[in-house]
Amino acid sequence: MDDAVFNRIRERLAGIAGEAAVAHGILVLEIEPTRLLEVVRALKDEFGFDMFLDVTAVDWPQREPRFDVVWHFYSTREFVRVRVRTRVQFADPTVDTLTKLYGSANYMERECHDMYGIVFRGNDDLRPILLYEGFEGHPLRKDYPKHREQPLVPYRDPKP
Amino acid sequence: MSVPAGRPAPSGAFEFLTTKKDEFVGWARKFSLFPYPFVTACCAMEFMSVSSTLYDTDRFGAALPRFTPRQSDLLMVVGTVTHKQAPILRKVYEQMCEPKWVIAFGVCATSGGFYQNYAALPGIDKIIPVDLYIPGCPPRPEMVIDGIMKLQDRIAGDRHPIVNERF
Amino acid sequence: MSLPPLDSLPNPIRPAFTEHSREGSVIVNIGPSHPATHGTIQIVAELSGERVLRTDVHCGYLHRGFEKECESHTWHNLIPYVDRLNYCSALINDFAYCEAVEKLMGIEITPRCRHLRTLLGEYSRIADHLTCTAAALMELGAMTAFLYLVTIRDYIYEHLADLTGARVTYSYGRIGGLAHDLPEGWLKRLGEILDEMDTFTGRVHGLVDRNRIFIDRMRDVGVISTAEAVNWGFTGPILRSTGVPRDLRKDTPYLAYADLDFEVPVGIKGDNYDRYYVRMREIDESAHMIRQLVEMLPEGPLCVDDRRCTFPDKSLVYSEIESLINHFKLVMEGPQVPPGEVYSAQEGANGELGFFIVSVGGGVPWKVHCRAPSFVHMGGAHRMLDGYQLADIVPTFGSINMIGGECDR
Repeated sequence: MDDAVFNRIRERLAGIAGEAAVAHGILVLEIEPTRLLEVVRALKDEFGFDMFLDVTAVDWPQREPRFDVVWHFYSTREFVRVRVRTRVQFADPTVDTLTKLYGSANYMERECHDMYGIVFRGNDDLRPILLYEGFEGHPLRKDYPKHREQPLVPYRDPKP
Repeated sequence: MSVPAGRPAPSGAFEFLTTKKDEFVGWARKFSLFPYPFVTACCAMEFMSVSSTLYDTDRFGAALPRFTPRQSDLLMVVGTVTHKQAPILRKVYEQMCEPKWVIAFGVCATSGGFYQNYAALPGIDKIIPVDLYIPGCPPRPEMVIDGIMKLQDRIAGDRHPIVNERF
Repeated sequence: MSLPPLDSLPNPIRPAFTEHSREGSVIVNIGPSHPATHGTIQIVAELSGERVLRTDVHCGYLHRGFEKECESHTWHNLIPYVDRLNYCSALINDFAYCEAVEKLMGIEITPRCRHLRTLLGEYSRIADHLTCTAAALMELGAMTAFLYLVTIRDYIYEHLADLTGARVTYSYGRIGGLAHDLPEGWLKRLGEILDEMDTFTGRVHGLVDRNRIFIDRMRDVGVISTAEAVNWGFTGPILRSTGVPRDLRKDTPYLAYADLDFEVPVGIKGDNYDRYYVRMREIDESAHMIRQLVEMLPEGPLCVDDRRCTFPDKSLVYSEIESLINHFKLVMEGPQVPPGEVYSAQEGANGELGFFIVSVGGGVPWKVHCRAPSFVHMGGAHRMLDGYQLADIVPTFGSINMIGGECDR
C-alpha cells in the first residue's frame, strides 16, 4: 500500500525530485532549494501529507555544498512518511519557509537556524529559541567546539 | 545564610545566653524550612517522590513549598541549570531574604553532570554559594532525606545573629 | 556568607511583542521558574483584565546540548542521554533510539525482546500519564489525587529499579536487545501493582470526574479542533482528544502491537477535560496490554546473536581470544553502524517520538536528532491559551504535558 502512494508521488514529481528511492520505509526526494515550495504544496494538497514532522540540517564540512536540509512529512490518512532533502551552500544557507503552509514549521525552523545557521526566507521570526540572546555561533556545526561556553552570569569566586 | 560556626567556647553568662539563643533559634529554623523548589529537569521526578507519602519530607517540616522566593528560606535547585537559566537562578537567589540555604539536588546542579558542553552550567556553585550537594542522577529519595537531615544538623549548630552580628 | 547582588542581569530572551495592542492591557511574564510551567517554560502574556489576548511561549531553558553530546559518544554510550529526553517515560526513548539504530544496521530483534520492549514501553507510558495527571490535578488544588497517583508511580519506580537498577532514568535498552533479563518474581509483582493501580485510579475517577469544580475548570477550556491540531503538529493524546484515533501503535504497528488487542481512546471536543480523560483511559488500555503481554511472553534468547552489537557471554570473554577482542572493540570503539540515514518513530507518551540518525560508518554517530513531540506542541500551545482566562493557563499547560528534557533536548 505504501508503494502505491510512493509510485504516484514519483510519477507526479518526476523531473523535480531526483532519484526518489525508498530508504527504510520512507520515500526520499532530493530536490533543488528553489523547487521546495512547489514540491511541498504538491505533497500537501495532492497527496494528503497534512502533518509536518520535522526540519533539520546535517553538516558536511568536507563537502561543498556544506549543509543538507532535511524535511519529514507524514500523512494521517495513508500513514506514510516522506523525506525531502536539499543542499545549500555555506556562503548562503537560505531556503524558503514553510510557515505559510504548516503552523508547526515556525518553532522547528527557529531551532534549525539556531543550531546550524540556516536562514528561512519569509520567516521573520528567527529569534533564538533553544539558545539565548547574545549567543554567538551555531553550536551544531562541526567547527563549533563542544566545550566553548558563553556564560551570561559571570562566575563567582568559589572560596566561601 | 547564617554565620558559620567557629566561635569560641562559652566562657561567661552572656555567652551562655547567646549559645542557648542560638540553639533555640537553630531548632526553630531547622524544623520549619520553606523550600523553594527551583525545578528544571529529571530530578523533579524524585523531588515529587520525596515530597509524597512514601518518603515524606513533611516529617522534617520541610515539605511545604513556597513558590515565591520572598517567603522561602531553602532554595532547592533541582535539575540541570543551563546558561540560559542562570540569570533566572541568580535573580531568584538574590530575591530571597537572609537566612537562606541552598541545596544542589542532583549531579547536574552540583557539577553539570554528564552535560559538559556549551549549554549547561557546570554546577550552580559557579554563580551562587551552595550549602549542601546531593549527588545522584537522580538521587534516591533516601539520599535526599539524608541530605536534608545533614542540612538540619548544620542549621542547628550555626550561629544565628538576630539583632546584629554579635547577638 | 552573602553575595553582593549583580548590577544587572541579562535578559536571555527577546519577547515577540512589547507594545500593548489595546488600551489598558498588561504584559505579564509567567515563568520560567514557576510551579505550573513545569520548570522551564516562559510565557509572556498580554492580558486585558483576566483575559489572555496573546501569548508568546519561550522554551529552551533546559537545552542541554543533547545532539552535540551524541556526536562525541559511541552508539551505546549515548543511551543515558537518550533516556533523559522524556524522563517521565524513559524506557520508550531507549527503545525508540535502539530501534532506529537497529534499522540502520539491519538487525531483527528476538521475539522475547520484542514483547518485553512492548511491555516495558507500556509500563513507562503508564508512569508518564500518572505523572502528568497527578501534576495537572495538583495544580488545580486536588492534592489527594496527586498523592494517590504518585504513590502508584513510586511502586512502579521501585519495581523498575528491581529490574534495571535505577528508578527514573534506566539506560536499559541496548542495540540488539536489552541489558539483561527479568529477575525472579518480577512478573508476579507486576500483576500486584496493576491491580493496586486499578483501585487508585478508580478513587481518582471518583474524586474528580463528576466534580463540579473540575468540570467547570476543565470543560471547554483550551479547545482545539482536529484541523488546527494537525496543522500545528499535535500528535499523541492531544490529537486523540480532538476526536481522531491517530495512534502509531495502531496505524503503523511496530514491536508487538500488531498481536495485541487494545482500543484507542478518543475525546469529543479537544478540551482539557478530554485530554485528562484520554490519558486516564490510556492508562487502563496500557494495563490491559501489559496483562496480555505477560500471558504471551515467549521464552528464548533476549539479545540477538550478532557480533556487531551484542556483548559476548562473560565466560567466553575470559576464555576465548575472539570474544575478548570482540568485547574490547565493542566497548572502546562502539558498535560499527554502516553509513546511511534513517528516521524511525514510535508512539511516545506525548506523541510521535522520532529519531533521525545519520551515520558515516564507525562507532560514533554523525548526527542524532530527536523529533520531540513536546517541542512541536509548544509551537502550537498559544492556540490553546489565547482567548481564555489567566487562570486557565495552568490547567491547559498541565494537560499539554510538556516535558522539558524532550522539548529542549
